[in-house]
Amino acid sequence: MEKERYEMRFGGAGGQGVITAAVILAEAAGVYDGFNVCQTQSYGPQSRGGNSKAELVISRKEIDYPKVIKMDCFLAMNQTALDDYFYDFETNGLLVVDSTFVSQTPTSRAISLPFTAMARELGKEIVANIVAIGAVAKLCGKISLESVEKAVLARVPAKFRELNQQALIMGIKAAEQIDISKLPTSIALEDVYGDATG
Amino acid sequence: MVDRVESTKKYLLQGNEAIVEGALAAGCKFYAGYPITPSSEIAEEMSRRLPQIGGTFIQMEDELASMGAIIGASLAGTKAMTATSGPGFSLMQENLGYACMTEVPVVVVNVMRGGPSTGMPTSPAQSDVMQARWGTHGDHAIIVMAVSSVSDSYEITVHAFNMSEKYRVPVVLLSDEIVGHTREVITLPPNKPIEVFNRIKPSVPPEWYEPYEDNSRGVPPMAAIGTGYRHHVTGLMHDSKGFPCFRPDVVKAFHKRMIRKLANGASDIQMTKGYMLDDAEVAIITFGAVSRSAIRAVKMARARGIKAGFLQLVTLFPFPKIAVDSVLRQCRAVLVPEMNMGQIVREVRAVNHTATLKQLNRFDGLMITPDQIFEKLLNM
Repeated sequence: MEKERYEMRFGGAGGQGVITAAVILAEAAGVYDGFNVCQTQSYGPQSRGGNSKAELVISRKEIDYPKVIKMDCFLAMNQTALDDYFYDFETNGLLVVDSTFVSQTPTSRAISLPFTAMARELGKEIVANIVAIGAVAKLCGKISLESVEKAVLARVPAKFRELNQQALIMGIKAAEQIDISKLPTSIALEDVYGDATG
Repeated sequence: MVDRVESTKKYLLQGNEAIVEGALAAGCKFYAGYPITPSSEIAEEMSRRLPQIGGTFIQMEDELASMGAIIGASLAGTKAMTATSGPGFSLMQENLGYACMTEVPVVVVNVMRGGPSTGMPTSPAQSDVMQARWGTHGDHAIIVMAVSSVSDSYEITVHAFNMSEKYRVPVVLLSDEIVGHTREVITLPPNKPIEVFNRIKPSVPPEWYEPYEDNSRGVPPMAAIGTGYRHHVTGLMHDSKGFPCFRPDVVKAFHKRMIRKLANGASDIQMTKGYMLDDAEVAIITFGAVSRSAIRAVKMARARGIKAGFLQLVTLFPFPKIAVDSVLRQCRAVLVPEMNMGQIVREVRAVNHTATLKQLNRFDGLMITPDQIFEKLLNM
C-alpha cells in the first residue's frame, strides 16, 4: 500500500538554498499539482553559515503533523547536514547528496551527484539548489516536472530565468542516467514481520 | 506572495502571511510595528500590501511606540494591528493596558518563541499564554486566541478583528514559530463570503454623546476622533464622559461592565474545535501548533482501539469553561500537552479539580510529536 504521506528533508549550510528548494517543490506540489503540502524549516539565528534544514510533507489527505516523521527522501547539500539530519530515514528511502561537499555517505544506497560543481559549469554556483531539485524531482517521481519548472520560473527574476531553467534541466538530465531500481536495498523488517505501522 | 486579490487563486503561504491576508480581509488599514523574529514576515508583508489598498504602514522606533500608534489609529476610526514576539510583547504591556482601560479595539499578534528575555529567536514555544492574559497590570478584560495552521491563521485573524470591534476590547492573537513559518496552500479569497464586523458608531447627536455610557450590551458606541464628537480618553479610571473619576460606585460599575460585556458575548468569543469527541473516553485538550500533533495522536490511538478525542482551544481567554467542562465530565482522563512548563493546564484544572488530568510539557525548543502524545494516551 502506498504511504499516505511522502516526507522530504533538505539539509545544507545556510546560504546553499535548501529552504528555497523546499519552497519551490512545495509550490509545485501544492499549487500546481493539487497536493496538500506542509513546508517547515529550522535554522539558527545567523543569516549565513550554520546548518539549515527544511522539510516538506506531501499528501492527498489533509496533513496533521506538519513535520517529517519518517523521511522518504533526503537531499543533503553538505557533509554536516547529512550527518546531523540522517537519523530518521525510512528503509529503502531516497538519499541524494551533493558530492561536491559530501565525502562519505552513511549507506551504499545513496545517489551522489556534484550539484555545486555542475552549477559552476553554468557559471553561477548559486543555482546548485535548482540543479539539485531537478534531480530530486525526477528521482522521487512524486511531483510533475512541468510543475517544478513553473514553480522555479515563478520565483526567479526575469533576467535569471534562462540560467535557472538550464540548471533545472541539467539536474533532470543527470537524474535520468540513474536507475533507482539498481540501487542496493536493505532487508525491510516490514517484509519479514508484516506491516506494523499500517 | 499575494498581490491584489481579485479572483480566487491558490497560494503557498506562511502562517505569518496568512495573518496579514486575514487582517486585510477584516478591514485592517493600519499597521505599526517593529520587526522581530519569528514575526517579521507580518511586518514585511504589511509594508508591501497596505500601500496597495490605500492603508498605512509605519515602522516604529520600538514596541512601546507601536502599541501607542495602533491605539491612536483605532481611536481615529481605523482598524489597526501590530505583531511581535516575546521580547516585544513584554514592551507592549503598558500600552496594552491602556487599550484595555480605554476600550480601544486593536489586534496584537504574538508569534511565540523560546523565552524568557531574548531567549531563542528561531525556536518555537507556547510560553506566553499567561502573559497574554495577565501581562498588563490590573484587572482587565482582554481576549486571547491561538492559531494552529495556515488556514486558521487567516480565519481566526478575521475573527480576532471582529471580536475586537464588536466588544471594544484588545485581542491578543497567539501564533508560534512553527505555525508562523509553516507554508501551506490556501485559497484566497475564500470560496464562501466571510463576515466582517465594524464597531458601532454613535447614533445620537454630538452634544448627547457620552463615550463610556453603559447600555444593554455593555459596549458603548465609539465615535472616531475628529468627527465632531467629544471623546475624551484617559488611562485613569473614568466616568461615562471619559473624565477621571474614582468614585467607588463608578469604579465598581466599570469593572462589572468589563466582565459583563465579554460574558454576554461568550457564545461567539469562546471558540473551540472538537475532533472525534462524540464517543471519546480519553481526550487531549490543547491549542496552537500542538493541535496538529494531537490530531495525529488521536488517529494513532483510534487505530489501536483507544477511544480518544481532541478539543482544540481556539479562544484561550475568556477561558472556554463550558466546552472544557463537558470533555472533563465525559472522559476518564484528559491530557494537556503544551510547549511550556504547564500554563493552560492550570485553567483546565480550575474548571474541575476532581478530573484526572495528565500533563505533557516540552520546553526544549522543539515541537511535541504525535508519538509523545500517543505514548501518554496508551497509559490513560
